[in-house]
Amino acid sequence: MEETIFKGLMIASLTLVLTALAGMILIMLIKGAPALTLSMIMETPRGGYYLGKEGGIANAIVGSLYLSFGASIIAFLLSLPMAFALQKDYSGRQFARFTRLVLDVLWGVPSIVYGAFGFVVMVYFGIRASLLGGIIVLTLLMLPIMVRSMDEVIRMIPAELKEVSIALGATKLETTFAVIFRQGLPGIVTAVLLAFGRGIGDAASILFTAGYTDYIPRSLYDPVASLPLAVFFQIGTPIPEVQGRAYASALILLFIVLIVCVASRLLARRFSRKIIR
Amino acid sequence: MQWRYAKDWCASVSIRSSLILVNLIAFIIVFVLFMKAEPILRIQSLGHLLFSSSWHPLKGQFGFLSFIVGTLEVTAIAMVLSIPVSLLSAIYLSEYAHKYFKGLVRLMLDILAGIPSVIYGLCGVIAIVPFVHSLGGFFGNPTTGYSLLAGGIILAIMVTPVIISVSMEVLAAIPDEARTSSLALGTTRWETVRYVVLKGSLRGIIAAIVLGFSRAFGETIAVLMVVGNVAKIPTSLFDPAYPLPALIANNYGEMMSIPLYDSALLFAALVLLVLVGAFGLVANITLSRLTKKGYYFS
Repeated sequence: MEETIFKGLMIASLTLVLTALAGMILIMLIKGAPALTLSMIMETPRGGYYLGKEGGIANAIVGSLYLSFGASIIAFLLSLPMAFALQKDYSGRQFARFTRLVLDVLWGVPSIVYGAFGFVVMVYFGIRASLLGGIIVLTLLMLPIMVRSMDEVIRMIPAELKEVSIALGATKLETTFAVIFRQGLPGIVTAVLLAFGRGIGDAASILFTAGYTDYIPRSLYDPVASLPLAVFFQIGTPIPEVQGRAYASALILLFIVLIVCVASRLLARRFSRKIIR
Repeated sequence: MQWRYAKDWCASVSIRSSLILVNLIAFIIVFVLFMKAEPILRIQSLGHLLFSSSWHPLKGQFGFLSFIVGTLEVTAIAMVLSIPVSLLSAIYLSEYAHKYFKGLVRLMLDILAGIPSVIYGLCGVIAIVPFVHSLGGFFGNPTTGYSLLAGGIILAIMVTPVIISVSMEVLAAIPDEARTSSLALGTTRWETVRYVVLKGSLRGIIAAIVLGFSRAFGETIAVLMVVGNVAKIPTSLFDPAYPLPALIANNYGEMMSIPLYDSALLFAALVLLVLVGAFGLVANITLSRLTKKGYYFS
């Protein structure tokens, strides 16, 4: 009796959660699809765009890609050695454990705090809101996500594989690249894409550090537009056409995030074919 | 031949020092925010900042009480809505569901957790705000819909996937032997879940909830879009509120023009960082002990 009641409640709650997901995607499709035109994707805003006239949000799409690709590349280059360093071969257990904890806490720090921190640092060094500032802050945001996700996968690699490589006379560095990197590749790809997805959708951290502009940035010191902020600013206006564009921008953003999510699964599956278990 | 060893030595040194860099970054973030918040702490006492509700930046009065209360209330509503739903779902998925179904739902939860917060906010503006508006009318509480409740509902949807996936990990860490021996003693499935599985994983589940709580606590954009942003202590569910992260996000533009304003806002950021950091620390230590691996926000 009790079991039946609880099982009913469980199924009801699970349905509720899945309905929320389906509902959100459905809302975005219904609201966003009508405003989604080719000129939305291909053009930058023209005069009077924010009053409902011609133009598109190519500036935000390109800007978001610049920001997240830039930050992903830097974060990847930094996090790869960090993920290796967390393993037994390179550092003591206590220190590695402590650093893991620090990274986990950093993972949870709200992105607005990163934004505020980045802003203070940029003011100190005299950098204005720019592509450079946005990339730096997003790198900070992505770093703990990448390092910890890579670390979780690299830890699972069987010790025997490393031992075999060392026994054959390879140095630690050679073992790291020939064995650990190869074996961990699916996880490394997933980690990078997870962080990329998180970075491209984050608005609070780049609100003050990347700025907003109607143009596609030409240099690192130009301000840059981004999709989350395009959604945020356009929904704030009272004009229905512009709000429609906010929905369309959100749909584009959602689409990118979903593609990244699916791609990470497919790539991980593809790369794990060559793994020795 | 020696060249290989030289390369290995250099790589070892740089790989090791990269870990110091991580810890240094964490330290610098805390240090910079503290240095920037220090001027306001020198002028006003910590107690006054945290427990006064007079917010008049132009007169130099910075009382954060209404913002702190706003944050706590929005988060509390989210947790009340989210905890039962997430725990029941997690128990179903880990104890009753078929393997394939479990994998499918996991994919959906990953997608849900990966949706940018601005899209949650947008859906809130489209769906939740009108819903709260009519709900307020129904209960005789005229409201615009931009309210505590709307913020709480959106946050609840956002933290649910986090709590579900962490709880599932915790439940999976209970060894199968415990389940089978309980079943062998003649208990029903539900009795096993209730007296063996849940009892064993209570601490982990609490940690999962704390993790969800601290996630909700710092959420900015989605809440900002639906919560109304009025700097007053809300008295009912249908009143607007003004959480701390929204305060920082909304006032950054003008913070340089008013004396001490920047220091006050960075103090708010420091409060967020310290609280979220403390919650995260406790939850992560508990979880890493229970599941034998480090844990993290998903």
